[in-house]
Amino acid sequence: METGTWKVKTGLAQMLKGGVIMDVVSAEQAKIAEAAGACAVMALERVPADIRAAGGVARMADPTVIEAIMKTVSIPVMAKCRIGHFVEAQALEALGVDYIDESEVLTPADESHHVWKHDFKIPFVCGCRDLGEALRRIGEGAAMIRTKGEAGTGNIVEAVRHMRAVTDGIRQLAETPKDELMTKAKELGAPFELVVEVHNTGKLPVVNFAAGGVATPADAALMMQLGADGVFVGSGIFKSKNPEVMAKAIVKATTHFKDPKIIAEVSKNLGEAMPGLDIKQIPTEELLAPRGW
Amino acid sequence: MRIGVLALQGAFAEHIAILRQLEVEAMPIRLPQELKNLDGLIIPGGESTSIGKLMLDYQFRDEIGTLAQHELPVWGTCAGMILLAGKNQHASPEPLGVMAITVRRNAFGRQRESFVTELAIPVLGEKPFPGVFIRAPLIESANRNVEILARLDNAGVAARQGKLLATAFHPELTNDFRFHQYFIDIIAGRR
Repeated sequence: METGTWKVKTGLAQMLKGGVIMDVVSAEQAKIAEAAGACAVMALERVPADIRAAGGVARMADPTVIEAIMKTVSIPVMAKCRIGHFVEAQALEALGVDYIDESEVLTPADESHHVWKHDFKIPFVCGCRDLGEALRRIGEGAAMIRTKGEAGTGNIVEAVRHMRAVTDGIRQLAETPKDELMTKAKELGAPFELVVEVHNTGKLPVVNFAAGGVATPADAALMMQLGADGVFVGSGIFKSKNPEVMAKAIVKATTHFKDPKIIAEVSKNLGEAMPGLDIKQIPTEELLAPRGW
Repeated sequence: MRIGVLALQGAFAEHIAILRQLEVEAMPIRLPQELKNLDGLIIPGGESTSIGKLMLDYQFRDEIGTLAQHELPVWGTCAGMILLAGKNQHASPEPLGVMAITVRRNAFGRQRESFVTELAIPVLGEKPFPGVFIRAPLIESANRNVEILARLDNAGVAARQGKLLATAFHPELTNDFRFHQYFIDIIAGRR
């Protein structure tokens, strides 16, 4: 009997597909998320919109909050560590969370290196903006990828940009002749073996969710139609006027992403979505997506 | 032969890919009206609470219950097994109650305790089967008319009751297609 294998790490992500992973800051919110049909929750101290507003250094959540959420729900519980902060990751592993998100939403602890994720029994999910970044993270041991988008904005534009960049990168690699793959690996800054794998299979070797800006059922379905395997919703649920209704509607839109009638139906009477931010109005140094490399 | 795979949430694409490699017509099922004219149905792995809620919201429950009573072959893997059960030790999700088994969710622990192991499954032949257990359930008890197909430390992890099949592990995450072939053989009346 072997635990912590690549198969069980990537396998859990496969079980999350077609689902919605919701940010929650308390056991009460986690219950609401579970009741709405979330396939997992992300345990946090603050949702990204509040992290953005608070400023300062954002760190791993208080283990008390994470444990309270783990005790309350039976679905998988994820938690975030800072980029490169392998000790926060060790602490989360000791708590027994089901997935660790090495996240740009928290303030990076290391500006040059990410966590060496192969050393952990708990699987990791990491953000990316394009194929090269996705493959670098997988090379370090990420068993699941999410596009970064721009968290806490309620604006889907960056999530769309990043998902299209990943898809475009895959398409290009699939068409690249074998004798040009090494140069491609150099250009992408990605491990050669993974470049060859994507060339051969025409897809990422792990599950890829969309994140960072999903605020409505239509946003979720848009990301699914663009090729996401599922969606993370951060501030979009508990910063909306009616979290329970919004959560259920986003779950349904994610399942029925190709069914415009259902999307129209679940979009009715949702109340106000979270307030959105224009990306161009955010000072460059306050953008989250460029954190990590 | 047409096999539907419930595609509300979870690893349905993996089942469909294997069925197609075995040259069976396979399609995702997202609405109850798509259950018509199927020769078999798979309820895949995923989060049983998510799948259970969506089944309730889109009126799948009675439909699948009736089809199973009328001897439509149905196979549940992991979350699918929880949903097919008569009882589960958690209150949620409410199972369909089509198989006379009682299951325990997350019976081995959280993700840290997820594992792979080799299973002896006599109906598939002598070669061990790769068992991938992810936050897996197990069968706590079963009626006499249920045949336990595989055990792990004495607990049932695969079972058959007539044309109904349940596995606590994920054959759809492996390259060993014998369990899928076994289900196809049940549908074809060969087993």
